Amino acid sequence: MTVTGSVTTGSPLDPATSTGRATLVRPVRRSRDLRKKLELVLLLGPALVLFAGFVLVPIGIAVQYSLYNWSGMTSLTDFIGLHNYREALDDPVFRGAILHNFLFAALSIIFQLPLTLGTALMLNRRLRFQRLFRVLTFAPYVLSEATTAVIWLLMLQPGGFVDVLMHDVGLGGVVQTWLANLHLVLYTLFVVITWKYIGFGIILFLAGLQGIPVELKEAAALDGASAAQSTRHVVLPLLGPTIRIWIFLAVIGSLQLFDLVWIMTEGGPANASTTMITYLIYNGFDSAEFGYGSAVAVILFVICFLFAILYQRFALRRDTAGALTSMVG
Amino acid sequence: MSVTVPVRAPAGVTIPTRRRRWSLGTPFSYMAAVVIAGITLVPILYVVVSGFRTEAALNTTPVAWPHPWIFSNYTAILGSSAFWHYVGNSLFIAAVATGLSVGLGSLASFALARYTFKGREAFFGLFMVGLLFPAGVASLPLYLWLRKLGLLENLMGVALPEAAFSLPYTIFILRPFLRAVPGELEDAAVVDGASRFKFFRMVLVPLSRPALTTVAILAFIGSWNAYLLPLLVFNDPVHYTLPLGVASFQTTYSQNTAEILAFAALSMVPALAFFVLAERRIVGSLAGAVKG
Repeated sequence: MTVTGSVTTGSPLDPATSTGRATLVRPVRRSRDLRKKLELVLLLGPALVLFAGFVLVPIGIAVQYSLYNWSGMTSLTDFIGLHNYREALDDPVFRGAILHNFLFAALSIIFQLPLTLGTALMLNRRLRFQRLFRVLTFAPYVLSEATTAVIWLLMLQPGGFVDVLMHDVGLGGVVQTWLANLHLVLYTLFVVITWKYIGFGIILFLAGLQGIPVELKEAAALDGASAAQSTRHVVLPLLGPTIRIWIFLAVIGSLQLFDLVWIMTEGGPANASTTMITYLIYNGFDSAEFGYGSAVAVILFVICFLFAILYQRFALRRDTAGALTSMVG
Repeated sequence: MSVTVPVRAPAGVTIPTRRRRWSLGTPFSYMAAVVIAGITLVPILYVVVSGFRTEAALNTTPVAWPHPWIFSNYTAILGSSAFWHYVGNSLFIAAVATGLSVGLGSLASFALARYTFKGREAFFGLFMVGLLFPAGVASLPLYLWLRKLGLLENLMGVALPEAAFSLPYTIFILRPFLRAVPGELEDAAVVDGASRFKFFRMVLVPLSRPALTTVAILAFIGSWNAYLLPLLVFNDPVHYTLPLGVASFQTTYSQNTAEILAFAALSMVPALAFFVLAERRIVGSLAGAVKG
């Protein structure tokens, strides 16, 4: 790996400049310090430039743009303060979108978590073909959401695969217009999301379960605990960290839902399946309201950030002590 | 099982043994496994198999076995330059993003793991901010920024931000790994006259190959499947990546279900093939990454 010339830009984030050492040091130590500083700049510099340039700067300029009425064509002149924020928060469609995202998160925890955990508990024993089962359940996870969306769009068409299948098993009366029904569309999407991500959860929990020493379950059994009791009082508590991580990933995933929804419904019908990011793309990007879109992006950023920080503080602290909690916020 | 079991168990206490795990509950486990595998497999099979049917047959009976099997849908897609263009673009972007993320990320992790300097934890925390919000949230500002930089309609315009957004994960996973290498090894290398960078290259990198594979796989899958950022950055189909291509093919040829199915099936092949080849690593890395 060659170190690129980008280091020489001397960003204000360079460790060498920000440490601000005391001045009077003996020459030998100074040259050694200098060498170390140089090494640090060469090692950290490129990554910092890339990270700052494409992660931090965009967030920063979003904050700036969000204060203007700006369509991207002219220069930034029409300063309107917090008007964009007020407009977004007053828009029932945007509020609906936030609600949808949190509904997805809640549905995940209420339905997906027990389903995933239950399946993982069932699979956590010596089975023939276990590797095959793992590969099969995990396969949808490596497909792109775009491909997943196209597949399910075709299968959910009126008279398509899903309808035919339901007729065949005698559930023909239940058949609906899965993606065109205002009250159903979110749940249809939720089923597709579950299909795509359940394998990931199962793998995660299986890994967690395999980390629990067999001796503990044996000890519980010796003490007369039933299988259910040992699951409830020994296995689940020990699986706590994995469950908390799963919830974190599920909620963050629910908050950033886009590809699947955009391709399958574009947020429709009649905004019934709008998510925060489909709203952002539709009202900021497609309609070239970049000032307004930036305000929406900042709001999303704050929502994700707040959730992540609070969750880290209160739920994950024991599991990842020091990784995030002590540094941020 | 390493626990030595008492010779005679007290009456009424069943000691779980390997035998017992086979008997009770195992049929249910197999049932659960088969049901779950079926649910995941059926849609994939449906797409692949239906790609071998004619448009007319699909229209009259949406669900049926191909009769006769026709290959024209698949050959049409495989014969189109567009498909290979999408694959090439996806490959290029994923390779650049993965290379940058792993290359620059491992250098930074080295500094953050094995140097002591003022503000080290603050730098680490700065990178970790990237874990707190998903890339999708930054998509619109990122688009505006790329426009300013003149990187729209440019493959690097997608590869660079993707690398930047995967850096936090790379550093998050690599740093503890590099930290765990005993200091004695470093002392020995220094005594032998190796520079710190040489120690990194000759000792740390080979030792942390599993972790490096992990972060590379994560970065690659993330980039390969990305849809939102390419959607904003690329207008010209010449630059489309595979996910963009699949989605746009579906809207452009909405009347030709058979070819859409074939296209979707083919677009699954690279990801599934990669997955089958690297299954152990991928599964292990995701589980390991989360366990920390």
